Amino acid sequence: MSATPAAAVSAPGATPVIAVADLTTRFGTQTVHEHLDLDVPRGVILGVVGGSGTGKSVLLRTIIGLRRPDVGRIQLLGEDVYAASTAQRIAVERRIGVLFQDGALFSSMTVTENICVPLREHTALSARDARRLATLKIALAGLPQDARDKYPSELSGGMRKRAALARALALDPEILFLDEPTSGLDPITAAGFDRLLRTLRDALGLTVYMNTHDLDSIHAVCDRVAVLADRRVLVAADLATVERYDHPWVQDYFRGPRGRTAGAVYADAVQEA
Amino acid sequence: MDQTGAPGRVELSAAPDGTAMVRVSGAWTLPHFAAIERSMQPVKTALPAQARLDLDGLSALDTAGAGLLSVLLGPERLRAMLDALPDLAPERRALLETVGCAVHDIFAHPPPQPYALGFIGLLARIGSAVEAIWLQTRLLFGFVGLTLETLARNLLRPQRWRMAALVTQIEQTTLDALPIVSLLSFMVGAVIAFLGATVLKDYGASVFTVDLVSFAFLREFGVLLAAILLAGRTASAFTAQLGAMQAHEEIDAIRTLGLDPIEVLVLPRVLALMLGLPMLTFAAMLAGMLGGALVCVLAIGIPPAMFLSLFHADTPLRYFWVGMSKAPVLAFLIAIIGCLEGFKVTGSAESVGERTTSSVVQAIFVVILVDALAALFFMEMGW
Repeated sequence: MSATPAAAVSAPGATPVIAVADLTTRFGTQTVHEHLDLDVPRGVILGVVGGSGTGKSVLLRTIIGLRRPDVGRIQLLGEDVYAASTAQRIAVERRIGVLFQDGALFSSMTVTENICVPLREHTALSARDARRLATLKIALAGLPQDARDKYPSELSGGMRKRAALARALALDPEILFLDEPTSGLDPITAAGFDRLLRTLRDALGLTVYMNTHDLDSIHAVCDRVAVLADRRVLVAADLATVERYDHPWVQDYFRGPRGRTAGAVYADAVQEA
Repeated sequence: MDQTGAPGRVELSAAPDGTAMVRVSGAWTLPHFAAIERSMQPVKTALPAQARLDLDGLSALDTAGAGLLSVLLGPERLRAMLDALPDLAPERRALLETVGCAVHDIFAHPPPQPYALGFIGLLARIGSAVEAIWLQTRLLFGFVGLTLETLARNLLRPQRWRMAALVTQIEQTTLDALPIVSLLSFMVGAVIAFLGATVLKDYGASVFTVDLVSFAFLREFGVLLAAILLAGRTASAFTAQLGAMQAHEEIDAIRTLGLDPIEVLVLPRVLALMLGLPMLTFAAMLAGMLGGALVCVLAIGIPPAMFLSLFHADTPLRYFWVGMSKAPVLAFLIAIIGCLEGFKVTGSAESVGERTTSSVVQAIFVVILVDALAALFFMEMGW
């Protein structure tokens, strides 16, 4: 983690922490991405939007090193993910946190044990200290304390997401990848999630890469929005620029009834502030 | 993470105006967790009620470090101290306040006491284990009843029979198991013939090896071998199939579509096994006797024609029916246990494994138990 996150946040555009260059992804004869480019500067909360089937999840999986691209290069924290040696790749993976869509908690372990896994594997902490830190992460993620000794199957969907977030944050990562973090959450919980993300970004200088459908989230937390359509990143800029972008899907998305409502609410909120 | 600088430490000192200062310096980050905690020990005991915080020497801070600081000072005091530090960088303040709130939550909810150990704990565990066995037995009988009731309701309505599912299940559970059941029975048949030949030779009664093999396979081993293989091969498959469906709410979906999961999922499997196991038993009997016959021919010198005529003369037909009559009963139990354990899966990957293990263990146990009881019964009846 950078010792001066404030400086990094205020000067984005230096070296991108995520750099995708000329990416092409194919499944059989179907091409999902073609010549896709995307740069994410440090300290930014990026929302990636796109219709169902435009390959948002595939792009995320490719960036974090789970699916080798057919063509193209992925750089994560300055390291070429697919050309790096195993040791280099593990070093990079230590510095990122991933929240999968359904949480992907290990079902045979309690919440605390789930969070202890990265803590015990990657640091020299004792079991007792790891448990204490895990307790802190649970509280940070906004999970009630009586959930810490429960198994994932005993938790509600929203609590599972929070537990998974606590695990993703266990090592204080520099980049946090989120796949649909607020889907399936009630609006109050989702808003709490957004607030938590922003606090963590401000406090830790996190970079957040977030696949989302949630217009409220986009308005509330995203500094930048990237639109995935026509097999590439159509536009990646601040929300105001993206909303004005001349493309039928973008216009439908942000100017549709849901988009207008969310936009109006946050415009009011900004004025009041 | 590239936290540079010395490990974090904390010390008490006196400010020029006499108030106590808590001086925090270095990198308060995860890699230095243990070192920071060591430096906290002397401060913790000597911490005065009134103190000021000095964060000027702090080079890096993450949630682990912020958590330690909150624990050391206590969340309320930390908040008061932060209010007295107007020049603090906003992101540091945000982190310390967020973590402080979290630590406050932890203090407000101490962890529950773990279970009592010792003699009372032992009794409690025995009690809950006995209760679990009782509940499991009751559940199994209930499920048997439910399946029989559904079967009775559907038996007279051929339009409700699920022939495609039934035939698929027979293919998977019976036809696909035929090679392994035959091979296994063949080898066990040969082993029994060898044993018989060795023991009976001393009495000059090698010829009775034929009877040994034929009695054993017709009455017991044919059906037992086939049933145990089916318990291992098919009960586990049923549990895993239904368990995965249960985990993905497919069984709930079947219910909400107005269908009966017992009728759709359990009946075809139960009926397939009840038809399939007799066929496998027949194959096992043939293969076992073939193995025995081969040993008789090669090792004892009984020619095949003599083997057949001895078999024909000594073995009553009812032995075949004694063995065969057990097959549908065992098949029913194996299928029921496999399906019931599948329904008991609760979503986690571990639960699928647990239930599959339980289903195989239960199925094999029940197969041997029922076979032993049946052997007693047939003996007493003189069949």
